[in-house]
Amino acid sequence: MMELVCPAGTPAALRAAVEAGAHAVYCGFNDETNARNFPGLNFNREEMAEGVAHAHARGAKVLVAINTFPRAGDQGLWHRAVADAGAAGADAVILADIGLLAHAAEKHPGLRLHLSVQAAAANPDAINLYAESFGVKRVVLPRVLTVDEIAAINREIDVETEVFVFGGLCVMAEGRCALSSYATGKSPNMNGVCSPASHVAYAEVNGAQEARLGEFLIHRTPKGATAPYPTLCKGCFSSPDAKGNDQVGHIFEDPASLDATHLIPALQKAGVSALKIEGRQRSRAYVAQVVRAFRAAVEAADRGLPMPESLLAKLTEGQASTTGAYAKIWR
Amino acid sequence: MMRILSDPSVKLLGRSIPLPTPPLTPLSMLFSRLMRHVLSRHPSILRRMGATAGSRFLIQVTDMPFPILLEPSLRRLTVVPRRAKPAHDTEIRGSLKAFLAMLHAEEDGDALFFSGQLEISGDTSSVVALRNALDDAEIDLTEEIASLAGPAGPALRRMSALLERRTGLSLSRRRLGEDPEDHSR
Repeated sequence: MMELVCPAGTPAALRAAVEAGAHAVYCGFNDETNARNFPGLNFNREEMAEGVAHAHARGAKVLVAINTFPRAGDQGLWHRAVADAGAAGADAVILADIGLLAHAAEKHPGLRLHLSVQAAAANPDAINLYAESFGVKRVVLPRVLTVDEIAAINREIDVETEVFVFGGLCVMAEGRCALSSYATGKSPNMNGVCSPASHVAYAEVNGAQEARLGEFLIHRTPKGATAPYPTLCKGCFSSPDAKGNDQVGHIFEDPASLDATHLIPALQKAGVSALKIEGRQRSRAYVAQVVRAFRAAVEAADRGLPMPESLLAKLTEGQASTTGAYAKIWR
Repeated sequence: MMRILSDPSVKLLGRSIPLPTPPLTPLSMLFSRLMRHVLSRHPSILRRMGATAGSRFLIQVTDMPFPILLEPSLRRLTVVPRRAKPAHDTEIRGSLKAFLAMLHAEEDGDALFFSGQLEISGDTSSVVALRNALDDAEIDLTEEIASLAGPAGPALRRMSALLERRTGLSLSRRRLGEDPEDHSR
């Protein structure tokens, strides 16, 4: 059976994920070493050790994401995170930075290494380099590949692949997106935050809800209409057309979340080892509902049964879902 | 920015009968007592909120007759007059059903926001921190009140279950596997 890797932003979400059937839970420390460094979120050292013990007692693994890029002269914070994850009993650490991978491979040879999606390793040569140089055992593939491309990669590598099947969808190559940095000076790569809450402002203006990121008006939503996250890539902007009239639209991508439930059998056939659910910033209500649904889907795929109908639309950004790049339906 | 709520009233024989203004000071004392009790049972809330615990949250429950001012670091929950505009750092607006469902993990806060059932303005960091801290605390409102009520606790639990069945509001935390729509317990 493919491994179901589920998000947890808090100890309560970790327990919810395990109880809902997660084979593995991924989480991070409450600092900028992980790419979901949001206010009130994540685990201190004690909570991490307790979370690992809770998961292990119930047969689930814990993978610790330390997937931002260390700052020059301040690598100690990231080194300590790797050491503390190992001490807490983590089953693997999820890393993106090549220097941190080298450090972990050298100083913690017994610790299993996964390559974060933030490393954006999207071809066999890149993946094999990480595997041969640092002993990486699993690669989380960026969300820019088709199912056929994933199958082609799996034929040329010896490590496991993990792919996203549900949740917020980055439309850029992960780890290489500078939009949040451009708007706010902070990015998921360096600070662990895309569109940090500290730079987001909502206001009701003339009966509509306006969302601003830094100095940019991201979107103006009529009252009661569906709203997306305040990220530049999902923003709705206006620009003058050839006649000087305002044209309004989503420049990069419509606000929609990934839901690849129906592609699970194809991903299994393509040699994928693990399926990942996005959403460490979401509540335990989200975690419980999504994990339950995907555990049922993974079990159905394992028995060759049809995929269940997804009932998760209301949990998705923009209340709409897409199969993203897997089926290449980009406009 | 702040919306003034209409006067609370009930419909009787086609006529709108205004409800008396609730006694705000005793209510505030009661709410603050409950808040101190919750924070003492769940110390992780203030720890998770960090500096944002010093923020003032104006909670606009759209189907309640008065807004509530939440000041976590002062351990104060104050009922404010409808037309007052107390100084606040952030405002959260939604129905009682939405707030209770979020508190008891029947609904996801982001999903309520996506669908427009929850609106926020002001300091977004504080709202995110509060949401995450409360979500991790796994609060059960009925249990919090019952544990404060001493010998009246069992009667309060029964009353809460009855109210849940009558109103469809989420008044207690469901365990995994329980149907969030099932209020028949």
